[in-house]
Amino acid sequence: MPRIPLTWLAEHVEVPAGTTAEQLASDLVRVGLEEEAIHPAAVTGPLVVGRVVELTPEPQKNGKTINWCRVDVGAHNGTAEDGTPEPRGIVCGAHNFGVGDDVVVALPGTVLPGPFAIASRKTYGHVSDGMICSSRELGLGEDHEGIIVLARLGLEAAPGTDARGLLGLGEEVLEINVTPDRGYCFSMRGVAREYGHATGAPFTDRAALAPQDESPAVDGFSVEVDDAAPIHDVPGCDRFVAQVVRGVDAARPSPAWMQRRLTQAGMRPISLAVDVTNYVMLDLGQPLHAYDLAQVAAPVVVRRARAGDRLTTLDGTERSLHTEDLLITDSPEGERGARVLGIAGVMGGADSEVTASTRDLLVEGAHFDPVSVARSARRHRIPSEAAKRFERGVDPALPRVAVRRVVELLVEHGGGVADVELTDVDRTAPAPAIMLNLGLPAQLVGVPYGPEQVVGALEAVGCTVSSPHDVAGGTGTVSVQPPTWRPDLTMPVDLVEEVARLEGYDAVPSVLPVAPAGRGLSDGQRARRAVARALAEAGYVETLSYPFVGSHQHDELGLPAQDPRRRSLRLANPISEQQPEMRTNLLVTLLETVRRNVGRGLTDLAISETGVVTLPSPEADGAPQLPGAVRPTDRDLDRLELAVPAQPRHVAAVLTGLRDPAGWWGAGRRADHTDAIAGARLVARAVGVELEVRQAEEIAPWHPGRTARLELADGTLVGYAGELHPTVVTALGLPDRAVAFEVDLDVVLAAVPGPVQATPVSTYPAAKEDIALVVPAEVPAGEVLDAVRTGAAASSAGEIVEDLRLFDVYTGDPVPPGHRSLAFALRLRAQDRTLTAAEAAAVREAAVAEAARRHGAVLRG
Amino acid sequence: MSSSSPLSPLDADGIEVAVAQAGAAFAAARDLDELKAARLAHVGDRSPLALANRAIGGLEGSDKGAAGRLLGPARGRVGAALAARQAELEAERDARVLVEETVDVTLPAERSARGGRHPLELLSERIADHFVGMGWEIAEGPEVEAEWFNFDALNFGVDHPARQMQDTFFVEHPRDPAADSGLVLRTHTSPVQARALLDRDLPVYIACPGRTFRTDELDATHTPVFHQVEGLAVDKGLTMAHLKGTLDHFARAVFGPESRTRLRPAYFPFTEPSAEMDFWFPQKKGGPGWVEWGGCGMVNPNVLRACGVDPEVYSGFAFGMGIERTLMFRHGIADMHDMVEGDARFTLQFEGTI
Repeated sequence: MPRIPLTWLAEHVEVPAGTTAEQLASDLVRVGLEEEAIHPAAVTGPLVVGRVVELTPEPQKNGKTINWCRVDVGAHNGTAEDGTPEPRGIVCGAHNFGVGDDVVVALPGTVLPGPFAIASRKTYGHVSDGMICSSRELGLGEDHEGIIVLARLGLEAAPGTDARGLLGLGEEVLEINVTPDRGYCFSMRGVAREYGHATGAPFTDRAALAPQDESPAVDGFSVEVDDAAPIHDVPGCDRFVAQVVRGVDAARPSPAWMQRRLTQAGMRPISLAVDVTNYVMLDLGQPLHAYDLAQVAAPVVVRRARAGDRLTTLDGTERSLHTEDLLITDSPEGERGARVLGIAGVMGGADSEVTASTRDLLVEGAHFDPVSVARSARRHRIPSEAAKRFERGVDPALPRVAVRRVVELLVEHGGGVADVELTDVDRTAPAPAIMLNLGLPAQLVGVPYGPEQVVGALEAVGCTVSSPHDVAGGTGTVSVQPPTWRPDLTMPVDLVEEVARLEGYDAVPSVLPVAPAGRGLSDGQRARRAVARALAEAGYVETLSYPFVGSHQHDELGLPAQDPRRRSLRLANPISEQQPEMRTNLLVTLLETVRRNVGRGLTDLAISETGVVTLPSPEADGAPQLPGAVRPTDRDLDRLELAVPAQPRHVAAVLTGLRDPAGWWGAGRRADHTDAIAGARLVARAVGVELEVRQAEEIAPWHPGRTARLELADGTLVGYAGELHPTVVTALGLPDRAVAFEVDLDVVLAAVPGPVQATPVSTYPAAKEDIALVVPAEVPAGEVLDAVRTGAAASSAGEIVEDLRLFDVYTGDPVPPGHRSLAFALRLRAQDRTLTAAEAAAVREAAVAEAARRHGAVLRG
Repeated sequence: MSSSSPLSPLDADGIEVAVAQAGAAFAAARDLDELKAARLAHVGDRSPLALANRAIGGLEGSDKGAAGRLLGPARGRVGAALAARQAELEAERDARVLVEETVDVTLPAERSARGGRHPLELLSERIADHFVGMGWEIAEGPEVEAEWFNFDALNFGVDHPARQMQDTFFVEHPRDPAADSGLVLRTHTSPVQARALLDRDLPVYIACPGRTFRTDELDATHTPVFHQVEGLAVDKGLTMAHLKGTLDHFARAVFGPESRTRLRPAYFPFTEPSAEMDFWFPQKKGGPGWVEWGGCGMVNPNVLRACGVDPEVYSGFAFGMGIERTLMFRHGIADMHDMVEGDARFTLQFEGTI
């Protein structure tokens, strides 16, 4: 994101003296340019200009020769024994300077980029009282050998002068965050305009067209724009300006001030041609390119790539081009468009790059379709400075001005002569005008803007408003022509934002709207809260886990290869290649949470999670690509819905260690399968649903003999609860005998009955009956209980069972081997009478009879 | 007294002595057992007064009445003295038993495991309650979402830089890895805006807390899986002032009565005008100040059109903020890890309400 050196900004807009980066940030944020960072001064402390007054080369044992220098640093000089000022003694290893040169001296106390603090130190038999600096040490560039001699940069200053200011190293620099609609703020020109909006400071448009920019172009270097396959019918290139400069010394360094600004803006100075094009881009916002004219054969052809086109870009990467890429090509040996010079608006090629030996340059400034550039940049993963600007929209009026600036700077700093001829292929058309009802801003923002305010704000951002002064009453409609640098302004609401932003968002009052009566939480939302609360109250700790899993986790759970829970949705770009899938069950991720807790020494755990799982349908198609801004047909909406995978909400919990803690009252109680089953039933009961408990079939990750299959009354599977398989417990490193449950909450919620219909509370006395039944050991207790319940309910005494529970299980004498005795307690009560002994006996007999019929149960004597 | 010389029922003085002796014996009893012995001695069948009473039967007619008048009140006084002493000693005993039963109530009383709700869920519910209290409803949508809902419906063009800036998790086609699934993990709760506008009758006032995804690595301030709450109101005549009012009210509900919000111009494809929103945080570390909270704006007409709503008739506002961020500020949580790792100790800090 762009960095805004204040001194540079001040060339475009009046910035009051003493303005700090912080102040600039708070000014710009008001108009929507947010602070990204404030970069501290590159150098702090006494970095000053020094004049070398003595230089003594001293050969060393290691073969090196160092220079023992005396450097006059003006007011910073030391004091001799006689009290007179004395130049500082400094040891320097470089040899590209001599007596009389003005250099940059970092005195003790200076902190250079790194950070690297300078102090006096003993070296090579001298006390070196500072350091003579190179460009690299100051963070000004990599490519310059040796130390900085100011005269060679065209700089002059008295010894002792603050060199930070001279080199632009003492300035804090604001970096701003530019939103995608404000491409023009990727330039000093754009930011300066916004600063003017924010503060009222006078702005000067340095990209205003000079007379020569408006004169008809004389045919220069031959350029043909030939886009045979525009994207969305938008031509890939609607403007191409080119001009030749001959006889430039491309090896000359770019001027110090330019290098300084580039550095401040976060770019490295590289060479005159590159620096000049970068500088003008940062200044005005127009990406530019300079070619070595000797390497370019006319005509330049702007065209789409053909199958097989390749290019080695400036970054040294060879790229295979896509037929949608827009290219700059040239025509060696008369073969039109045969050679690729660059990907338009993204990056140039290595072969036509300007080098130190380049004499003649071809300067390009063009305007490309944002979509085309964005796609190419994305396709080739080149987020270049040019692409960043083009995809956000560049002012199509800029190319000629920008090319002129580049040419001027090249001539000024590299010598040479610009060709009079200039190519300007201009197919730009003004953006359509926007019809704006002058009342809309007030209507949408809630601030009573007058028509003058509306028109004034729009004109301030550069719009042309048709006959604004004829508008009476402020509610008429005007035609608004957005400026060339604001391609984002296309709808009336875009103009509303401009008005609101220039008038200030602080002006928007605070008015609480009154919504119509709502219906409160939905039944499902309420039910989910009830479940979560019930679990918490029952001692479960709610956690959340990421839904990302990998097949190794399914392996740990022992899921067979064909298990449907392995049929997961995959991410194309997961955070971790180890976990590219979306979970199909909660336990798989919840168990990771358990493992983490156990690893942290928490071994008595009852941890729950409620969350969605993703169950892709093997038959699903991809979701259709549909345009925005228009309501899809009902059929398309159905297709969208069908493509979105089912994402039911599950509840799962894992218990390890003690369920009831040990304490001064005695031993604790280990969690076992009953806790897991009770937990699952609690979930259902919290919303009024009873779960049936069946002995589960063998299924991972569960213990084959200690797991319950949980069903609705109609047999619909809800989930499982019980002990985890010992191999799973071992694989995950959990405490022995860990138990768990997982239920599909959506299935439970769908079974929530209507309002409970109350039974009157009988005040007649109860009769109690206990029955002990001997049944084969393999008959599940739940089924015997069912039989007793059904039999009792069907007795001749009518439905008088108020409560039925199994209270004892017994094996051993006198119960025959292979059998067990199950004891049930019945509490009987009638609504309308005191029960007789005969009625109680009838219930008892009916219950026993049904159990006998179904399971061969025998009443124990 | 001596059993050899029984008390005469007509011996007024003797009776008086017997009454006094009984009273003294009762008073001397130090506990209920001693009182029981004293009762047997002075009120029992063999006690002088009882024997004297029995002797009345053998008296002459005129003496019978005199003896009755002597003995009746005397025995009444003895009975009353006994009852009084009995009550006194019982009260003493009860008090002693209670003292003896004293336990150390500071011994730990939690004999079952503690549970608790995750604070992100609690805060989401509190936020939902805030909006429900204003008559809004709570809407929901899927986490694996169609791109159309996540982007196109919200005016994110296919090639718009804003779409690239979302750090989106893309989903592979379920059957054909080479094909485009048209699905993403929703990058924000905003697709629920489009779903709500398509599903519900106008006007719409909804909030949507939910889980969202971006391809950020987990660190102290980022998590790839996080929660947002979205707000959307579409009605006739809604303005940015209504947006501001709703946000101010919300900020007060979450951060206290002194809080409020500030809007700064910004850009989001689905709103125009758009704003970044800061809240005033009186409890901010280092002194009260503004803290960035989320984004908001007036619903872009293209979003309304995508949902079949006529922007010439209806306008609306929308806002969204991170629930993790809100929780971090509200509860002084310094590191995102604590919120996402599922450590039971973190959840248990928020037992109760939030």
